[in-house]
Amino acid sequence: MDETSAWSWEHAAAVLPDLLEGLQITVLATVVGMVIASVLGLVVAMVRRSGLRVVTIPVGFLVEFIRSTPLLVQLVFANLLFTQFPSLTIGCVVLGVHYATYMSEVYRAGIDAVPKGQWEAAVALDLPRSRTWGAVVLPQAIRNTLPGLGNYAVSMFKETPFLFAIAVVEMYTAAQQYGADTFRYMEAITMAGLLFLLVSYPTSLLVRRLENRLA
Amino acid sequence: MSDNLQQFVDLLPQLGEGILVTLQLTLGGAVLALLVAFTLGFGSRAHTRWARVPSRVVVEFFRGTSLVVQIFWLYYVLPLPPFYVELDPLACGILALGLNYGAYASEVVRGSINSVAKGQWEAAIALDLSPVHRLRRVIMPQAWPLMIPMFTNLLIQLVKGSALAAYISLHDLNFFTNELRERTSDTIFSYTVGLLCYFVVAYLLTLAMNALEVRAKNRLGTGPTLREVLRLAPVQTTADVGAGGPAPAATTASKGGDRDG
Repeated sequence: MDETSAWSWEHAAAVLPDLLEGLQITVLATVVGMVIASVLGLVVAMVRRSGLRVVTIPVGFLVEFIRSTPLLVQLVFANLLFTQFPSLTIGCVVLGVHYATYMSEVYRAGIDAVPKGQWEAAVALDLPRSRTWGAVVLPQAIRNTLPGLGNYAVSMFKETPFLFAIAVVEMYTAAQQYGADTFRYMEAITMAGLLFLLVSYPTSLLVRRLENRLA
Repeated sequence: MSDNLQQFVDLLPQLGEGILVTLQLTLGGAVLALLVAFTLGFGSRAHTRWARVPSRVVVEFFRGTSLVVQIFWLYYVLPLPPFYVELDPLACGILALGLNYGAYASEVVRGSINSVAKGQWEAAIALDLSPVHRLRRVIMPQAWPLMIPMFTNLLIQLVKGSALAAYISLHDLNFFTNELRERTSDTIFSYTVGLLCYFVVAYLLTLAMNALEVRAKNRLGTGPTLREVLRLAPVQTTADVGAGGPAPAATTASKGGDRDG
């Protein structure tokens, strides 16, 4: 009897196409989210260095607020608020903004790690501000931040299942739907978990190698 | 707006319950995570392969799969045929949070222990301290202040992860937020309240962890006492060490460690 067998390979195979379709959405959300996070994070980090208290205090509070409240609640909130946008768009943007607050700290550390002599040399050469940032500081800072960026990409990948709360059919939601249709939660959710491991573990190994090479 | 506030005041007992559930999940998860972290962290640096390999596998497994998948796996799959283990939702949440963040924290434990200067190990061996004594009196006091800031980050992550509990039928802060929205039908108001509550919880936990860090550094002899930090009027000599930001404090911590040993 099918119902009593603990693990059925047929169901595990049958859920796979759904999961792979979900995986595409998961990867898409991760990539778009990461692009937003890395650009916005850099902007936030530079704004917070500006020294203008009128700007830095509100931005600092906002960053702290977004960082210490749950992504899940933010997703649902944004989804209820901006009903005119498709939920996948909202998911990507919220993921991006949430991770931008983490990324801004990574950039800040990277910028702080640029030796002081580099700044002084740029001043001594009378470089304009744009050249100081664009040609001297950022190329060195970004190099320091690459491993952090990779780590956050992996962890964002693993947080995309939160999108289930706003009905985006990524990998976990696909598994959940298959489970609801067939009552084979066991295969569906286990396979989803294994697929996550299959993608995220090699990526984190790559990030670790990158870290060792850049360090 | 006054209508909203009235509803909010009516729901206050439920807010209390919601925060209580969130705190139960957070503290339960944190205690379990700490146990898991030290077990797996020491396991991963054991000399015998029998301890090291399983520890690494468990750590990579829980770090590599999503918390959402883990929590729902425990909730939906565990009661099914081969296992027949029906866990209380609260236990489910605590278990998932503890295992997931414990795996992350075990890397923190491993890294911090490894970064204690090698001379400290050698000196402790030369003095013929027993392994337990070595760890308790020499290595841990130096590794602990390094661990705390990273544990703080993980604790905040854990608080945020606990919002998932609303989906496994627990009435936590997230659930309360939704309840408030249904009562007031004002999304912005209810979610602002909910997010602010999370913020306050997370901020208070950060403050507590910072106090712990100050104490740990002070016991290592590299920072002011907690009382000096909390004093309103700044104390000239010692308080400056604490105000010097995390980077200089970290360097003095390692230097102080060398000197003490």
